[in-house]
Amino acid sequence: MTEFEPVLLKRISKKASPSLDAYRADGGYRALTKALNEMTPAYVVDSVKASGMRGRGGAGFPCGVKWTFLPKDHPGPIYLCINADESEPCTFNNRILMEEDPHQVLEGVVLACYAIGAKTAYFYLRYEYGRAYRALQKAIDEMYAAGLLGKNIMGKGLDCDIFLHRGAGAYICGEETGLIESLEGKRGWPRIKPPFPAIEGAFRKPTIVNNVETMACVTHIIDRGADWFKSIGVPPDPKNPRDAGSYGPKLYCISGHVNNPGCVELPLGVTVRELIDKHGGGVWKGRKAKGVIPGGISMGIMTEAEFDTPLDFNGPGKVGCLGLGTAAITVFDDQTSIVDVLYGIARFFAHESCGQCTPCREGTGWMMKILDRMRKGLGRVEDLKILDDVAKSIGIMPGTTICGLADGAGWPIKNAVQKFRSELEEYIRKGERSTAASLQMVGAH
Amino acid sequence: MATVHINGAAVDIGDEKLNLVQAAKKAGVEIPSYCWHPALSVVASCRMCLVEVGEKKPDGTVAMQPRVVPACQTPAKDGTVVNTISEKSKYAQERTLESLLLNHPLDCPVCDKAGECGLQDYTFRYGRATTRMIEEKNTPPNKDYIGDNVTLFTDRCIMCSRCVRFTREISGTSELQILNRGHHAEIDIFPEEPLNNKLATNVVDLCPVGALCSKDFLYKQRVWFLKTQQSVCADCSTGCSTHLDYNKDIVYRLRPRDNPQAQGHFMCDEGRLDYEYVNAKERFQQPLARVEGKLTPQAWEKLGPQIRSELVGLARKKGDAIGAVLSPFLTVEEAYLLAKLMKSIAPKARLYLGYVPVRGKDDQYPQDRQGNPVGPAKFTIRAEKCPNRRGVEAVLRQLQGEVLPFETAVRDAGNGTLQALFVTAGYSPNAGQWYQTAQLESLKKTPTLIVQDLMPSTLSAEAKYVIPAATWAEKDGVFVNHANLAQAIHWAVRPGWFGRTDGQVFADLMERRGLLNAEGLRKELAAEIPALAPLAGNLGEQGVKLR
Ligand SMILES: Cc1cc2nc3c(=O)[nH]c(=O)nc-3n(C[C@H](O)[C@H](O)[C@H](O)COP(=O)(O)O)c2cc1C
Ligand code: SF4
Ligand code: SF4
Ligand code: SF4
Ligand code: FES
Repeated sequence: MTEFEPVLLKRISKKASPSLDAYRADGGYRALTKALNEMTPAYVVDSVKASGMRGRGGAGFPCGVKWTFLPKDHPGPIYLCINADESEPCTFNNRILMEEDPHQVLEGVVLACYAIGAKTAYFYLRYEYGRAYRALQKAIDEMYAAGLLGKNIMGKGLDCDIFLHRGAGAYICGEETGLIESLEGKRGWPRIKPPFPAIEGAFRKPTIVNNVETMACVTHIIDRGADWFKSIGVPPDPKNPRDAGSYGPKLYCISGHVNNPGCVELPLGVTVRELIDKHGGGVWKGRKAKGVIPGGISMGIMTEAEFDTPLDFNGPGKVGCLGLGTAAITVFDDQTSIVDVLYGIARFFAHESCGQCTPCREGTGWMMKILDRMRKGLGRVEDLKILDDVAKSIGIMPGTTICGLADGAGWPIKNAVQKFRSELEEYIRKGERSTAASLQMVGAH
Repeated sequence: MATVHINGAAVDIGDEKLNLVQAAKKAGVEIPSYCWHPALSVVASCRMCLVEVGEKKPDGTVAMQPRVVPACQTPAKDGTVVNTISEKSKYAQERTLESLLLNHPLDCPVCDKAGECGLQDYTFRYGRATTRMIEEKNTPPNKDYIGDNVTLFTDRCIMCSRCVRFTREISGTSELQILNRGHHAEIDIFPEEPLNNKLATNVVDLCPVGALCSKDFLYKQRVWFLKTQQSVCADCSTGCSTHLDYNKDIVYRLRPRDNPQAQGHFMCDEGRLDYEYVNAKERFQQPLARVEGKLTPQAWEKLGPQIRSELVGLARKKGDAIGAVLSPFLTVEEAYLLAKLMKSIAPKARLYLGYVPVRGKDDQYPQDRQGNPVGPAKFTIRAEKCPNRRGVEAVLRQLQGEVLPFETAVRDAGNGTLQALFVTAGYSPNAGQWYQTAQLESLKKTPTLIVQDLMPSTLSAEAKYVIPAATWAEKDGVFVNHANLAQAIHWAVRPGWFGRTDGQVFADLMERRGLLNAEGLRKELAAEIPALAPLAGNLGEQGVKLR
């Protein structure tokens, strides 16, 4: 099999300069020039739709389809929000794109604005990303100076402004309506839907929220065509009528107990095992893996036996996980206590729950307290039933909460209670205790 | 026309725009809810109202959704099927309640809300009897000063955000906010910005639990000792419908009573807290007459006929030498009786409208932080600080043809036109001082000055006869508000030792026999006064609009 040639990381892997000139020299803004000269906005939308590209932000919703949800012939304004909150633990693919090759992303932003008729894009960046902030601001300044932003872009009558907006550091502001509330200067409390943002979003206007990597993909779809995009990745699973396929290249983040943590670009559908062994340099210290947390920590837990699962939009569901999420795997070795893994996860969600829905607000806190007690050697076997029950009521049973944070909080618990039951029971029976060691792994925010 | 199916029963909801909580109520089914309130925006965050829903297709088949939905956020449409007692619905409700109790102190024995608490009630009906949690509870600090009238038991809060939305959407003043995230979220004010808007205490009624408590009511009574009567606030011409909570002849609390025809769901703090004078010890307990220069207690059985014959005697000499001031705190029935009394003694007797207290301008909410009204009015505290000017005027217009203002009474007393003047008052303290010193000088020139009032004043000190007055808490009758809405008030406590309401006093003076019956009296006056004709019918809980 020939090595996959990176697309999104192409310039980054060559350590190319992030400057506008260098980007242009590498063919940058070719897609935008082509679109403005040869394509109608509707054609751009259709191309993205035809590519089958699913959003990279976690939910995997087909991007072009989302764009068509905007009201037709709306007098405007319509807004585009770029979700660069990237707060999912162990996820850093957006960061690399923004820091190292911002124009690739920003070209996609202008293309998307052209497609959906937005004249304003808000780039919502998590506060902690200082380096990305500086890189983006520099790139945006360059674009204004070069007439790639502002009024009458490339003389083609397109007006577009990008505002870089820094969040104040909350995971929930990555949820698209939490983001919109935060952007409006309010507390980042996700909104109830309907109305969906495409109908009523930022400042009560139609709004599209897309991830950073999604934007980078748009650039390449317009540059190379939908067919090219579709030639990469995995077609729909015939056994799953709801699978819309997993096309295109994807950035995978590898972290935890591996020798070479990092971010790699591969066609969608690579297996966990391949990621660990081939791209992550294998499990560290010569140990064996006990499991991975796929898709950031919100998607559940996979055991070593499930490592041949392909990481595409359809694969993780087959082993009881929630989905692909952010395609970031965190490996934990066989010396890691599953109780510690779960405690770290529960602590994160208890800290990040926005607190408006009762089940999520109280459930995340309770799960954390139970797991903390377990770590002190005071667990009870009946706690496992309670954990499972709480997980069920905060998201696994559909409809119980407003946003997906609760699902994310519930899923790892549900998976672990099922998949690591004997280990958990033994831990409880023996009255084992834990040290703080494995906390560091799961990003103790 | 839309038909909704609630737990198997079909309910016709017509064209009304209802959510599933409301639609279920029509079917007599309770869907527990906390965060939803008809006057506030929908946030669907407490997740208490989760139910299973589906759709009944034209062919009769039912397709249920796999997910539970918040009933408060889900519109009732034709064919909507709701199951509030399915396994899933019950599970969701039970889990939400269990969650709410995790960090709740369960200090019901010392909580003011116990007995009327949403958490107690729903836990009893939909929750579980035991806790599964052995962890330590969170104990956020209580905030005894978040405002002059309201205190916060932070740990009892269930985070429904009703109070926050009230200050943002109804008062507009936005004092309340939520601090922190997740299970550490708590209600607070901004530093140095207490919850002191004029509608503040409504958050106590809105709070489903004992988190926000009224400082006025705190620890005064267990609510199960209280009895409730329907009443109307007397403190301004808005005429808010109220619940009057009392026990053993003491008024303990006023709460707003929902009335879309009157004020809506709320009431202002001024009106709410202005009831202490009902219970005041300083009130007149017996009628008084001046004997050897001193006001001395008299038996009414003797004094009543004495006053009557004195009025009759004076009127015989000069018909228009007797007069009466009809206070805008009288009920319509009382104003009618007093007018009839005077006119029956002398058709030319002069009738005046009592002083109409007006303070400032109408105070409209929501307001911005500078106090300017914003958007459509959701609540208005009116400048006219009395409950029944319009009702009294209607009586005067019919029985005298014109409304003579209080100033005319003062003038007529001052220039010696009047030999006898029967002044009714009964003003609430909130109405303020109702006559000036110069007016007092004129009024006291009347040889037979009869004052009927609640408490001693510089005017009653000058009277020849003093008759105790009764408050709205002690009588049955009707008040007509600024918008010509006639609402009934009902007695809850007895009018002191004297035991007679103003109306009873007038009836006695008219030599009408027996106890006054407000409803019968209304039929009588409705027949005589066309403007008040609607009062003949049933006033219901929300009152009737006069033309
Ligand atoms: C709790 C929570 C956190 C999220 N955080 C992010 C985030 O940091 N970045 C992101 O792109 N999407 C995040 N999402 C997903 C967004 O809601 C949304 O689906 C996404 O931004 C849409 O972009 P896409 O269609 O391009 O994938 C989050 C969702 C949830 C429920
Ligand atoms: S599910 Fe959790 S994070 Fe999401 S809105 Fe509800 S409380 Fe907030
Ligand atoms: S204080 Fe009361 S009204 Fe306010 S959020 Fe808490 S429970 Fe709700
Ligand atoms: S607005 Fe007027 S009627 Fe309503 S409570 Fe206040 S004073 Fe009483
Ligand atoms: S009442 Fe429906 S979610 Fe709170």
